[in-house]
Formats: sequence, structure tokens, C-alpha cells
Amino acid sequence: MAYAISDMNSNNDHSPAPVAAPLELVCPAGSLPALKAAIDNGADCVYLGFRDATNARNFAGLNFDEAAITNGIRYAHDRGRKVFVALNTYPQAANPQAWCLAIDRAAQSGVDAVILADPGMMAYAAKRYPELRLHLSVQGSATNYEALNFYHEHFGIVRAVLPRVLSLTQVEQVLEKTPIEIEVFGFGSLCVMVEGRCALSSYVTGEAPNTNGVCSPPKAVRWQETPQGRESRLNGVLIDRYAAGENAGYPTLCKGRFDVGDEENYYAIEEPTSLNTLALLPQLMKMGVRAIKIEGRQRSPAYVAQVTKVWREAIDNCRENPHRYSAKPVWMTDLDKVAEGQQHTLGAYHRPWK
Amino acid sequence: MKLALGPLLYYWPRDAVLRFYEAIAKTPVDIVYLGETVCSRRRELRLADWLNVAATLKEAGKEVVLSTQVLIESGSDVTTLHKIAEMSVHGDFMVEANDMGAVHCLEGKVPFVAGPHLNIYNLPTLQWMAALGIKRWVIPMEMGRDDLKLLQAGRPAGLETEVFAYGRMPLAFSARCFTARHYNLPKDDCQFRCIDHADGLQMRTREGEEFLVLNGIQTQSARVYNLLPEMDAMREIGVDVVRISPQSQHTPEIIDLFHQVMSNKNSAEAAMQTLTPLMPEQACNGYWYGKPGLELCGDTTLQRVAQTQ
Repeated sequence: MAYAISDMNSNNDHSPAPVAAPLELVCPAGSLPALKAAIDNGADCVYLGFRDATNARNFAGLNFDEAAITNGIRYAHDRGRKVFVALNTYPQAANPQAWCLAIDRAAQSGVDAVILADPGMMAYAAKRYPELRLHLSVQGSATNYEALNFYHEHFGIVRAVLPRVLSLTQVEQVLEKTPIEIEVFGFGSLCVMVEGRCALSSYVTGEAPNTNGVCSPPKAVRWQETPQGRESRLNGVLIDRYAAGENAGYPTLCKGRFDVGDEENYYAIEEPTSLNTLALLPQLMKMGVRAIKIEGRQRSPAYVAQVTKVWREAIDNCRENPHRYSAKPVWMTDLDKVAEGQQHTLGAYHRPWK
Repeated sequence: MKLALGPLLYYWPRDAVLRFYEAIAKTPVDIVYLGETVCSRRRELRLADWLNVAATLKEAGKEVVLSTQVLIESGSDVTTLHKIAEMSVHGDFMVEANDMGAVHCLEGKVPFVAGPHLNIYNLPTLQWMAALGIKRWVIPMEMGRDDLKLLQAGRPAGLETEVFAYGRMPLAFSARCFTARHYNLPKDDCQFRCIDHADGLQMRTREGEEFLVLNGIQTQSARVYNLLPEMDAMREIGVDVVRISPQSQHTPEIIDLFHQVMSNKNSAEAAMQTLTPLMPEQACNGYWYGKPGLELCGDTTLQRVAQTQ
């Protein structure tokens, strides 16, 4: 594991290299089996949500009730790993108390941190549970050091997950000017829009990440066989149409094919693809990124196991030999198998993507 | 109630922008938001130019607010933010903060406007933010009438509420430029193609439905949010400012129509009859009714007019 390798490095004969804080691997747990899969395959931390609209993966059959969370925390803590609870939607006007109760539940259950997006909730958590570690969710949409430091100064936020909009250079610039630990996305479905400031889903379906913890919700999806091909619709809006033999993907509305000007039937916003930053690990470690987040609480325990295993190996490999590190083809193949659209991108970290 | 013109969301040639605001100076609008909020590469007008426009509008009796960029990514974006905040502290103008970084630069120093992208969805957050020195807040696009009522009931004294009430809605922002993508150009060498699309680039579904509008890194609704027939409802729940978003054609006429209804010189129905052909696409008001944003709801004048057109 990473910690042991770190000790070995600092005890060798060469001039003492500065011992960087270990890079944590933070993995998704949409269910207790997924949590165990993540821990068994080497996750340092898992993140999960309650079974309601207080988290951004509010899907039927997902997430944790009281018994599952107690079990999950015990399973993780017995093995020296951490549990974060995502309470990262914005409390709605009619019932903000539900979100405060969720903070109470999380704090009392003994989790290692809560992941928040809403300033009102942060104020509540900081006042009521001064010992509770607060992380800023990607839904908090802080893309620059002024925004990060705002949350740090007011609420003592200790870690922030950066939205997937910054290039590597920009991530580094942010790291230089904030005392907050930085967590970045390493793998998973890619939001092309800056998280926390996208209302496309509510425009079409009435429900969105900020308000309801969902994007392009399943209940708004309709599949239809037509003479032109198989069609996917979201609340009646045609998102994509597939020719015979084409792989049909989930109709996330920004990943459909549309017409713009004279150009017809192209991915005007983004292809169905996954973010994969395995190739960037040495740079991310060197610049002082504190944690890598894997997306996918809506995915199966098998997905979590596969992705966690590859990333554990990659991180350990990179810590041991940062100069000789390269992403192994077998890792990439294994990850592409479970990737959205079976393909990957470096996303905004790689400037030409923009 | 006051009438505001939101920041210009599109990229127009310099002369077109200057002519636009000359015309705006002559309209009955009370508040004008200025500045580039979408993309730092757009430089037909520099900060100094915006200040000149501001001076002209102030002379015409308008309140001028400078809006900050929504998505702040680079070091130079932050530098611009610092400059704007500094000028505001010196009393040059008030700022609309569109990102928490901007809030951080302004809080406790000078009153400011909390823009529509700060995600103020509930009363505890509104009250907490108000304590930082907010003079006015713009409700999120997604917020409906019923939720707004709840927030209005508990808002701190003296805090003004503004509602985005006309225009294509800015729904999302990205690191990627979709206009450049359409032309197969990298963002860093985008050749400023968005300047060719005065009202953005229409994106249609494969069955020809106008769906979204690509405006550089911003994505807008194709349909036009229109709360003109809701003027009385907005007044009733204590909305202080009604925002119109600029479009390349007819903005002064649209301001006039809103002003007529606001000052009871015209009925909403008659004003809607005149307004409907001035809209670039059909109307929607779903968010106001707690429904999907693209829907047209309620037994409203809007619907009746839409049916007769």
C-alpha cells in the first residue's frame, strides 16, 4: 500500500526527498456491496450518500439507510479506511431542515467527513459540529483560489473537489494559492459543464443535480423503435437516434447528437466518454494534489472493484517510481471496458479538449 | 418595482455594442448590468470601454452595475476580478458577483449584488449571504414562484430581490467552447467565431426542434423565458427588480413593453400581443411554475397569446 512505499522512499540512501502527504484514493459506494468492493480493492476512502435528495446521486435502489451506513463505517474503520458522506445538493426552500437533519445523522454516525455544497449547510455544520471535517463538493463549483479561500475562511473547509474545468496548469495555480487540500476527479463519467452551475436537466425534466440530486433522471427517459432507428427521449425531447447495430447509450442530455447550422447529427456538446487521468498521475502527485476521486456511485460493485483495483496499482506504482511511471496498457484496457461509451479522454486537464 | 437590463451575454462587434447602449440610454430601464460574463477571450470592449459606457448610462440617470465573469479559471481571470473589486471599493460602481471568488473579494468591503449563478436556493443561505453585504440578489433560473414566496417571507430587511424575467436563459457553463467545437477550432485559436452569431448558435434535435443555443462556453435555452404576464404576481410577492436579457434585435421595444405593463399603462395581454413577434423563439415559463423550464404553464396571457399566434 501507498503508506509503506512512502516510508521506504524516505529511508533510502539518497538525499532525503520531501515526504509528500500520501495521495488518497477516494472511491464511490452506492451500496454496501460497492463499499466493500472499494475497500477490498484498496480504496483509502469511500464516499456515500443517504437514501434521499440530500445527495447528488439520488437514484432508486442506491445509497444507504441507517443499518447499511453503520455497517459500512464499521467495515471501513476496522480496516483503517475513511468514510465520507456526500450531502451535496442544495437544500430546497420548502424544507431545508431535512438537510440539517442529514448533517446531524452523518455527524452522529461517526463519519470522517461530510461533503457539502451549500453555504447555509456549511454554516450549520461548522457551528453545530466544530470537530466535523468539512469538504467542499464539486457541486460547490469553486474553480479558483478566491472561491476556495472563501469557504476555508468562513467554514474551515479543509478539502475541496475541483470541478472538471481546469487544465493541469490551472490546477497547479490553484494549489499554490490555497491552504485547502485539493481532490480531483481521476476516472468516471464526465460532466462537460462546470458542476453546480448546470440547469440543463431541470430545463428538460424539472429535476437537476443542484435541486434534486439527479441529471437526466431515468423516469424521464423513453426508448422508442421507429423506422428511422431506435430513439431515446428525455421528457419528449429527442436526445439521440441510433442506426441498426449502433451501441445505444444512456440519454444524458448533453451527450446526445444534434444539428447545428449545416452540420447534422453530431455530438455538439460532448461524446459519451469517460474521464481517465491515469496518464497524469505523476504530475498530479508532484503538484501536491491530495486525493483522486473516482466517479460512479450509480455503478455496480463490479465496476467499483475493477476501477479501484487498477487505480490502487497505478498510484502505488507511481509513488514507487514516479520517473519511470507510465499508464500500463492493461490498466487502460481494463478501465475502457467499464467506461461510458467504452472510450476515455483527459478532459479539461488536456488543453486541446476545450 | 424597477426594470433592469442584464449583462450582454453574446459577443458583438464593438460598434454594435456601443450603439446598443446608446439606444438603451434612451429607454425607461432603471438599472443596467455591464461587462463580459461569459468568456475572457472576448475583447471587443476592454474594462476601460465598459467604464465609458457606464459613464454615459449614469448621465442618462441609470444605475450601473458591473457583472463579473461566471466561470473563473485562469490567473488572469482572477486578476481582472481583483481590478473590478478594487474599483467598486473606491466607489466607482456596484458589482454583480457571479462566482464565490468575486464574493470573497467584495464581502465586508462594499455592498454588492449576488448574481443568478451563486446557487441561493434556501432561506438559511440567503440570510447568511445577506450578512456579507448583499444589497440585492438575483434568484436562480430554476427557482419557481412558490419557493420564492418562502424566501421572500424571511428575507432580511432592505435586501432587494431580482428575477430574470425575459430572455433565453443561461443554463450551463463549460471549460469547452461549443462554438469553436462546431467550427472544429481549438478554444485557444477560436478565431472569435461567436462574433458571427449575434444571438448564439441554435442547436436543434434531429427532428428539427429548437432545443438549446450555443454561446461560446455558455449554453442557453432556445425558448425565451417570459414572465411579462406574471408582473402582478411578482409585485405581489415583493419582487423589487425585473430583469430583461439583451438580444440583438428589439431590446428597447421589449423594455418599453415591460415598462408599460409595470406602470399600468398597458395590459399584459396587449403587451404580449406586441411582444410575441419580437421573440427569437417561442416562450416558456416552466421554472416559474415549478415545472421543467421549457414548458409553458398556467392559464396565462402568455398561453392565450401563444395559441392565437
